[in-house]
Order: sequence, then C-alpha cells, then structure tokens
Amino acid sequence: MGVQKPKLMNMRNSTKSEDQALIKEQDFFSSKLERRSFLRFAGAGAAGMALVAAGCKKDKMEAGFYLGSGDIGILNYAYALEQLEAAFYTQVAASFYTGATQAEKDLLIDIRDHEIAHREFFKNALGSNAIGGLEVNFSSINFADRTSVLGTAKAFEDLGVSAYNGAGFLIKDAGYLTVAGKIVSVEARHAALIRDLISNGSFANSEVVDANGLDKSRMPSEVLGIASAFVKTKLNANDLPTT
Amino acid sequence: MNLLNILDEIEKVDAEVYERLNPRRRAMKQFFNFGSKVALAAVPMALGSMFKTAYGQSTATVEQVLQYALTLEYLEAEFYTKAVAAPGLIPAGAPLGAITTIRDHENQHVTFLRNTITSLSKTPVAKPTFDFSAGNGSGTGPFASVFTNYDTFLAVAQVFEDTGVRAYKGQAPNLLRQGAVLTAALNIHSVEARHASHIRQMRKARGANVKPWITGKDNGIGLAAVQPSYDGEDLETQAGVKITGINGQAISVNAATESFDEPLTMAQVLSIVDPFIV
Repeated sequence: MGVQKPKLMNMRNSTKSEDQALIKEQDFFSSKLERRSFLRFAGAGAAGMALVAAGCKKDKMEAGFYLGSGDIGILNYAYALEQLEAAFYTQVAASFYTGATQAEKDLLIDIRDHEIAHREFFKNALGSNAIGGLEVNFSSINFADRTSVLGTAKAFEDLGVSAYNGAGFLIKDAGYLTVAGKIVSVEARHAALIRDLISNGSFANSEVVDANGLDKSRMPSEVLGIASAFVKTKLNANDLPTT
Repeated sequence: MNLLNILDEIEKVDAEVYERLNPRRRAMKQFFNFGSKVALAAVPMALGSMFKTAYGQSTATVEQVLQYALTLEYLEAEFYTKAVAAPGLIPAGAPLGAITTIRDHENQHVTFLRNTITSLSKTPVAKPTFDFSAGNGSGTGPFASVFTNYDTFLAVAQVFEDTGVRAYKGQAPNLLRQGAVLTAALNIHSVEARHASHIRQMRKARGANVKPWITGKDNGIGLAAVQPSYDGEDLETQAGVKITGINGQAISVNAATESFDEPLTMAQVLSIVDPFIV
C-alpha cells in the first residue's frame, strides 16, 4: 500500500547495523508523532493497527490485575478462570444445595479439588508473574438451589472448555500447550458430568458441539466478558496475544 | 512500543527466539531493512511468515497428525456404527440415545478430517479393516463379545474414548502455532473427553467402579490388556510442580492424578490399537 512515511523510510535507509536498526526502531516508535500522521501511519491497514496494538506496553497501568503478555498472559488468564471455578466449587461444597445426594456431593467435592489443584498449579508455575487473588461476585447464584448451582457449574465448565480450546493457538511454548491440553480434557469431563446431572444425555449436545462434531472455542476477550459477571476484580487483558 | 518489545517478551519464554528466527543471525537485519522495501501493511504478514518459518511445523508433520487422527476416528466411527446396529446390544432409551450421539460425532470427525486433509491437497488415508474383538482379524480376541455383551461394549468404548483423548493431547505440540488446525484438533479433543465422561457414567450405572475422570492409572475394567491405555496417568507432578498437597491444600494423590489427563505418543497409541486393526 502506498502510504507515505518519510520519517520511517529515512530512518530505515540510514540503518547501518542490526543494533542501530533496533535503536532507531525504538526511537521511531517512542518519538512524538502528530496524531494525524499517526493515524495515517496506522491506517496502512487493519493488520498494521493490530500489530501496533500488540506492541503497546505503556498503556498497561490500568486499575485491576494486569495479566501480562505472551504465554505469561495466557497462563494468568487460565489462572484467573481456575480461581473463579475453584472459588465457586469451594462455596458449593461448603454448604451443598438442598437435596444433594451423596453421589452428587462426592462428584462435586472431586471437581472442587481438581479446580483447586489447577489454580494452585498455575500460581506456582507463574511464580512472581502470577496475578493476585480475584474477588468474586456470586450474588446471582442461589447456593441452596440445585438448579442454580448446577446451571452455574455447567456455564463455568463449558466456558472453561471453550476458553482453553480458544487459547491453544495463542500459546507459543509446547510445554505450556501440553499442560493446557492436560487440563482442558478434565474440564470437559466435568462439563459432561454436570450436564448429565442436569439432564442425562446432554453431555455433548448441540449447545456445545456443532455439526462437524467440534466443541466450542472462544477468544480470551469473549471469555473474560462472560466471566466478568462473576468477577469483581478488574482484569487488564490488553496485552494478551490475539494471533 | 515496537516489534522488539514483542520479541523481548518471546525471549522471556523462549531464550532461543533469535536463533529460531534465523540461525544465520542475518534475519533481524533483513527484517528491519524490509520496511524500506515493502509498505508497512505488509510487515505483519512478513512477521507472520517469519514466525511460521521459525515455529511452524512442516506440512508433512501436520498431515501426518491429521492422517493419524483420521485413522483413530475411523476406528471409533465404525465401532459405534456397528454397536448401534447390533440388535439388542444397547438398551433403548437413554443408553441408545447417548451412543447414537457419540456415533454421530465420530462420523462427523471422520468427514471433517477427510475434508481438512483434502483441503491441504493431500489424500485421506483409507479406512483400515477392523477387528473389534482385538484379535488382529481372528475375531476371537479378548473382546469377542463386544457386539453381543453390553458391558464388554461399554468397556471397549471407555478404552477408545480415554485413549482418544490421550492421543489428541499427545499431538498438540506437533500442531503448535498451527492456528485453525490446532484449534480444530482441540475442539475434537474435548468432545472425546465429554464422551469418555459419559461412557464412564454409563459403566458406573452398570456397577463398574469408575468416575467420569481417570484416577491414578486405574483402568476400571480389570483387564491387563487395556492397561497401556492408562499407564502414565498417575503423575503427581506437572511441569515440575508437585500437585499432591500443593501449597498446603488438601489435594489427595487421587485428586492430583485426576486433575490432569496425560498424553500418549503416536507410537504408544498405534501399539494400543494394533490388535483392533486387521
């Protein structure tokens, strides 16, 4: 595309070495462009805009927890979701809904422990990069009511499955991808079980599996939008990878 | 705010990023000179192809994974198709409904994978001839009653589903950064896990001592022949993090092993399914 960027061209033409190029590159991006020329610059294409956005790190100091970028960002994103699930099942198991059978209690306690294991795994794996503890908002859930609890569990599990499925292609490290794979199938086992508790045979119905036999996948932005109804803490996902 | 920021971030998780990008170390210079030769809009594309070269698996690897997955889906699809057609095998009502749902998914996976392989200008592998008794064609293997005995059928179904989950998981690293292909594989993988969960609940309803998830490396069937599908599921440590009792939480050994499903290599899976292929 024939957008004129004299400054950029001049800078690049003057490049003499790798290091110099790197320094100039930084100079260019940190130098003050007039807004109009910046827009023209960014207007070179939507893809160019996305690239610029992906590289922005100066705007991350918003309120709430900053998830980070790259694989760390994805791991923190997973950590946030596991915190949400673990908090939910902890409350479920602390005082079961009316009429819970022993079999249901045993299964829900298992799931609680799995989600706590996932949460603590991410906390330790992330180490100093880990976000803090989320403040959750479960005011819309009636923990005494089976329908409310299992309906929420179903929503969380299906959301979790779609979140891991949708984040896989954003992960750059094979080891992290494998760990995500190890967790997502357990979430899918949970999802199927919860669905069957609500309505036997709905473990993989057309709400979640399409005509190609594929489960859902969701991008982090969509997942966090859905999850935000249950999370008081603001999550800054601005630097999560999108491609 | 620049490209190097991105590369620096990658370097934190992948120290070799610069070497990967170009072992000859000329790539960075080439790349940043690139801007003088092409319009800026092309830069993301150039970056994409640079990463694809550095991280992307070869087309041959992707094709191999897809053909392998197709072979496993052929196995499952024919298995459930025959089971649903077997008179009196599966009780009418919820059991037959569930197995029919699973059958349909497996056939959809076959079609989907065949189409995907064709779209890559490759030829889908042909469907093998199967022996669901696990007798290598004799029809008299350990599961000879698979289409006449409901419990045998459910046991084989559980093994196929749990193995399928592990098989897809094992191939994820071979599809690293493969975009839509990886996402599709993951979307199949979790459906197999949903199936596994339900089949296990069906077996539990028949008196088997199983949960929707895999505890330790327990096969829940009691046959040594199926144990290779469960070996290695008893890991208590993930990526160097001990899960049992983690951070003072009351996470039992059982819970620790249930929380993570483990991958199987292609060789392990092919060895497991070998008796089912004539």
